[in-house]
Amino acid sequence: MADVVVASQAKPQFREASAWDQLKYNRNWLGFWFMLPAMAFLIFFLAYPLGLGIWLSFTDTRIGRVGQFIGIENYQWLWDDAIFWLSVFNTLLYTIVASALKFAIGLYLALLLNENMPFKAMLRAMVLIPFIVPTVLSALAFWWIFDSQFSIISWSLKHLGLISQNINFLGDTTWARICVIFANIWRGVPFVAITLLAGLQTVSPSLYEAATLDGATRWQNFRYITYPLLTPIIAVVMTFSVLFTFTDFQLIWAMTRGGPVNATHLMATLSYQRAIIAGQLGEGAAISSAMIPFLLAAIMVSWFGLQRRKWQQGESND
Amino acid sequence: MQDFTRRALLQGGTALAATGALTGPALFEFAKAWAADSPWKAEPGAKLTVMRWKRFVPAEDDAFNAIVAAFKAATGTEMNVFSESFEDVQPKASVAANTGSGLDIAWGLHTLPQLFPTKVLKMNDVADYLGKKYGGWTDAAAKTCKLGDDWLGIPVTTNGGYMTYRKSATDKAGFKEFPKDFPSFLEMCKALKANNTPAGFALGHASGDANAWLHWILWGHGAYTVDQSDKIIINSPETMKALEYCKALYETFIPGTPSWNDSSNNKAYLAGELYCTLNGISIYVAAKTDPSKKDIAEDTYHALHPIGPVGKPSELQLVFPILAFNFTKYPNAAKAFIAFMMEKEQYEKWMDGAQGYLTQTLNAYESAPVWTADPKNAVFAQASKRTLPASGIGTVGEKAATAIADFIVVDMFANYCTGTKDAKGAVAEAERQLKRIYR
Repeated sequence: MADVVVASQAKPQFREASAWDQLKYNRNWLGFWFMLPAMAFLIFFLAYPLGLGIWLSFTDTRIGRVGQFIGIENYQWLWDDAIFWLSVFNTLLYTIVASALKFAIGLYLALLLNENMPFKAMLRAMVLIPFIVPTVLSALAFWWIFDSQFSIISWSLKHLGLISQNINFLGDTTWARICVIFANIWRGVPFVAITLLAGLQTVSPSLYEAATLDGATRWQNFRYITYPLLTPIIAVVMTFSVLFTFTDFQLIWAMTRGGPVNATHLMATLSYQRAIIAGQLGEGAAISSAMIPFLLAAIMVSWFGLQRRKWQQGESND
Repeated sequence: MQDFTRRALLQGGTALAATGALTGPALFEFAKAWAADSPWKAEPGAKLTVMRWKRFVPAEDDAFNAIVAAFKAATGTEMNVFSESFEDVQPKASVAANTGSGLDIAWGLHTLPQLFPTKVLKMNDVADYLGKKYGGWTDAAAKTCKLGDDWLGIPVTTNGGYMTYRKSATDKAGFKEFPKDFPSFLEMCKALKANNTPAGFALGHASGDANAWLHWILWGHGAYTVDQSDKIIINSPETMKALEYCKALYETFIPGTPSWNDSSNNKAYLAGELYCTLNGISIYVAAKTDPSKKDIAEDTYHALHPIGPVGKPSELQLVFPILAFNFTKYPNAAKAFIAFMMEKEQYEKWMDGAQGYLTQTLNAYESAPVWTADPKNAVFAQASKRTLPASGIGTVGEKAATAIADFIVVDMFANYCTGTKDAKGAVAEAERQLKRIYR
């Protein structure tokens, strides 16, 4: 080291740092280089497909054939397409009802599992079962359960003498919507319950002890301790839950294919039907792209929800 | 879903039919002799990559593979055959057409060759050769593959679906003979319902079954989605009549048909809950090969679709055309293979393997043994003759294929039958969707 110091003293002229040196030694550039692999990964696997999807929606591409740029024609056709708007309605109904119920049931289950009880670990593990089963398998199971001829529910009720005709589960528009929402809830509850349970475990018991000493009721315990401390987790869980539900595809496709008469067609399934089955990639991409504003809105809501939590807790500034 | 179920149902038929295939040395001898006389000499060192639709009947696949093996042995052509499910055949063929590589021969559904007419090898000589030798092509089969005077591919076979019914039930309903026109068919369905032995036809998104019977009802009334010049003509008094008729029929059905997919009627029929439906021969074959379903098999008969007010057959059956791409390095080998597989010595054995599931497109094969082996098979021999192309009276091509794949006609009928929309609303929606597709 000493040599170097001496040498530089002996020859005091500095070489101008070249652009190449900058790239090599500048810390900011170094940071950039380290980020590059991750960035390339994200661009290649996230941004590029998204961009391509949006680009496709402005073309008349068909499967196996390059399309021409046609501006917003696909969107214009969708604008007064009753089936498209029906799918938007279905998607919103599906997402709102399923998410709300998943939250309610999930929270209830989490509170329940947070109590001390025998076989706690086993019970907690069991709750996860619907989440572990591959979606398509559970969808097939539900398809059988709700089959118009071979439904176990209809069969049991018939043998109990409660009904004389099979219930038309997947053939009636209202019933079909109830059935797919039920299946989605069944599948989604474990995710909500277990995550909220994890959140509950981080709440310090001393808070409850103090509150109890002050004479707080169980409801007050929940409202003023559990709930505020749980909100960040709730925001994250519900964002994910809404996103998953909004973009659901497998359950619907395996159970109803969007039927009866498109009553359960979600935007995702309609997009698949038009793009892949019917071959009109451009139009399918337009339907998919039309989901983006809704998804962004969902993310924004939870983001602002998080901010509000900070405000609630009296944290400064934001 | 569809192919899984049907295949599973038909699994039992394998052993039975496989023995019928021309096998081993005999087939090879024939292949060698054929290759020597053939007008198409396979290029030396030729290699063919062939994509086909995934079979329903294992025995059919076995018979097809025997043909491939014999062709390979006789001509020295390297054959690479793989199958894809129904949904994937067209996209993959399209990609090959687009990129000009990957496949030499594609065997697909409906009007596949019409999707890329500039990328296929013209088959005029093969079609002439086979047509002359075997009594000519059926009308719909030819239309499926022809553009002007050119053959873009060869229509190999048709998958026929016909009325499948329990004779005891229709007898009891007072119809000793299966109805031949629309009014008496409706009467029979009413009587079947009254006897608690209902009929049922899929009104859900069942690509095969629902499209088949609802196009039959539509065309039977002389209504079409588009005319000869692809002008949209769905909004017509004939369509209204078709809707009314369909609704009257629907009211006699077993409950739940709006949720049915392609396998639902098979299951309900084999469970003894459904007494009349439209299906491929798979229901009968499944019943025949399952000893516990012996009584159902014995009671099951097939009939042609009743004729509608239009006064002529208006069926929609599924044609399977084969094509070779014009970028193949071995056009002669490709033509030779296609001609070879449709020669009597192969084709009839292959039809045996399919057990009635597949119907000839060349008239001479109407006397193929499969149709007489079991008299109940006979009806299916008509499939290629009585069908209209998938486009109805419109031009065959991708728009017609899209309209079918997008369930435009199915949704129109389902909307009205289930009471979701009134007739005007149902037709208006279909018209709007057709405008989107035919824009």
